[in-house]
Amino acid sequence: MYSFKPSEEQQMLIDALKRYAMDDLRAAARDAEEEGQLPIELVEKGWELGYLQASIPEDYDGFGERSAVTGVLAAEELAYGDLAGALAVMTPGLFATPILLVGSEAQKKAYIPPVIEMEWKPFTAALMEQKFDFDPNDLTTTAAIDGDSVVINGEKSYVPYADGAEAMLIYANLAGATQGFIVPAGTEGVVVGERQKLLGLNALPFYTVRFENVRVPLENRLGGADGHDFAPILAASNVALAAMAIGVSNAALDYAVEYAKDRDVFGMKVAQKQAIAFMIAEMGTAIEAIRLLVWEAAWMIDGGNPEASKQAYLALSGAMDAAMMVTDRAVQILGGHGYIREHPVEMWMRSGRGFATFNGLAIV
Amino acid sequence: MIDFETPKPIVQLNTVVETVAVNMMRTVSREMDENEHTVPWDFINFMHTAVKSMGGTSMAPDADKPDDAKKEKRPSIGFQRLGHMVEMLAWGDAGMYLCIPGGMLGSAAVAAAGTPEQKKRFLSRFMGDKPVFDGMAMTEPQAGSDTSAIRATAVLDNDTNEWILNGEKIFVTAGQKALVESDGFVVVWATIDPEAGRAGMRSFVVEAGTPGCKVTKQEHKLGIRASDTVSVVFQDCRIPFENILGSPTVEKTTKGFKGAMATFDATRPIIAAQAVGIARATLELLKEILAENGVEIRYGLPRQKLTSIERDVIEMEVMLRSAWLLTLEALWMADNKLHNPKEASMAKVYAGDIVVKITQKAVEILGPLGYSRELLLEKWFRDAKITDLYEGTGQINRLVVARNMLGYRGSQLR
Repeated sequence: MYSFKPSEEQQMLIDALKRYAMDDLRAAARDAEEEGQLPIELVEKGWELGYLQASIPEDYDGFGERSAVTGVLAAEELAYGDLAGALAVMTPGLFATPILLVGSEAQKKAYIPPVIEMEWKPFTAALMEQKFDFDPNDLTTTAAIDGDSVVINGEKSYVPYADGAEAMLIYANLAGATQGFIVPAGTEGVVVGERQKLLGLNALPFYTVRFENVRVPLENRLGGADGHDFAPILAASNVALAAMAIGVSNAALDYAVEYAKDRDVFGMKVAQKQAIAFMIAEMGTAIEAIRLLVWEAAWMIDGGNPEASKQAYLALSGAMDAAMMVTDRAVQILGGHGYIREHPVEMWMRSGRGFATFNGLAIV
Repeated sequence: MIDFETPKPIVQLNTVVETVAVNMMRTVSREMDENEHTVPWDFINFMHTAVKSMGGTSMAPDADKPDDAKKEKRPSIGFQRLGHMVEMLAWGDAGMYLCIPGGMLGSAAVAAAGTPEQKKRFLSRFMGDKPVFDGMAMTEPQAGSDTSAIRATAVLDNDTNEWILNGEKIFVTAGQKALVESDGFVVVWATIDPEAGRAGMRSFVVEAGTPGCKVTKQEHKLGIRASDTVSVVFQDCRIPFENILGSPTVEKTTKGFKGAMATFDATRPIIAAQAVGIARATLELLKEILAENGVEIRYGLPRQKLTSIERDVIEMEVMLRSAWLLTLEALWMADNKLHNPKEASMAKVYAGDIVVKITQKAVEILGPLGYSRELLLEKWFRDAKITDLYEGTGQINRLVVARNMLGYRGSQLR
């Protein structure tokens, strides 16, 4: 039976996250972007809302069940406030959720509780690599099994909070398949490089990380000795990022609507001009259409639908285009003012472009 | 709870409708397109019998008819079911779909605005032995999307208690079948007070054979050629007083007009469903031909590694699926009695856009094959465009969406 209405429980979560996203994340977003840093108390406050904790079963010290649908609803709300802040709050999930999804029982018991029991700590993951046609299913970083251990070589980029990370999940190419490996802090051969300077997301610390003959026990292979399927992880990441693209788009739309209803032009409001009103109509329409595609992909993930991965890929494909279109138009609607950093729309336009590049930076 | 599971009754019905689309529509689709103004009687008679045997008078959900859902206290799915059915029939043939008896906008208007007596009088004819048709006569030569510019008049003759209609209507879908080839009716829009503007606008039922009502022209169209589109002239056309839908007096408000416009909240997602049906037909055939020619679509790759054709096809899939979900949402809202003018128009805007893009791109990608009348692609390219025009052009619907998003009245955003 079709339904387009979140459950009451989901709605309560949405409302709580929306308040945090607006009152805290949004309020701090510009300064964080300019200063290149998010206040830790801000991230901590979002972490305490317990979205990740609620998606982990009691067996691993959480207090709920993982639902991709709830996850995309939450991710959209957080990103509506501020994308960098949202990604920061969700970063420990990059480590914990894949372990929950495809990890061995021993790995779940050993690695998940420390992440969710404590205050927010930089547990992270490394997937992306610095090449124009980066493909999560065709990694350059390699893993080779050597007796009871695995040897990893290569270089990663866009690794959030790599500097000072408690542990990271690194993805490498093992005989043609993308496989995850749990790498604890202080492992020899892990070289964290310079902090990266990017078009957007300046509030979030991203690093390159080099792996020079990094050796971890074979039991650190995600899923255990036989490894795991990478598709569920990628699908969970694709829907998360797609939802966040919708969140950013919606933020830009709402801001542009408010501005257009306030700004006088030729004796009327600029929103009363069809040229502007039509843009707004198309922005709202695209957001709603693609949002439903994201929801459906998440719903398919939750139902174990074999087409879920494809749908998640399509959802992100649609969402990245919608985000670029909408955020660009938001700047356009503000005119010259949209170009000035006093308004957030230029920041959202820079974030909007990122969804074509971001891989594995969020997961639900 | 968010759920995308198609309700079981709809799944079952869909299987039946697909069989009809494949065996009764696709088989004659080209022939009907090449021979404009030929009526697909085999299909019509079949549909008439089929709809009748299912116990329906018209395809539109009837608010007064207790359906199974109400008995079991489940939410109604009437509009969702109709949307699915229309999507599949348009997948079969968008022109022939418009020839289905008893399922057009006229009966939808009667079902939406008529009294129980009116519904009985006008809708029972669809249950007879022969197929009967209905239509909506709104557009005039000088008044398209701007329905407030309608000039047709209805004057009450107090002596005979009859309305006298005068005026000319164009673009009446299925008007020929409704007024000439069956004992059907058209719902005519006219003003009962030309000074009152929209407040004076009313709709009237004019039955086939009424003196003074004459079909004067059948249009030749870009697409949906199996469906007739006619002009109707009303010259001192007298109809009983009881044929007015809604209140016979002019209030100072435009409530009556707005009420009539609310019909669009139900019909616009249905047009969106048509668009999605045509788009799905196109994308399926495109992928089939590409596969036959060894072109595989490699889902999951970064765009940098995709060919141009792969990128196009993937974009089409995104557009098609998201348009369908947006349509379903608008229909679901209608079923759940949620106020949906914004979503109804969004679905119409978006589906009208994407079907035009998809059909145009498909003809481009398939080159000489796409442009040839050997395949149905070029026909779908022509059929598609109507969905961005009727029941409000894409632009009118953008206005509706924008007004709803901005909280503007018509006077604030013209």
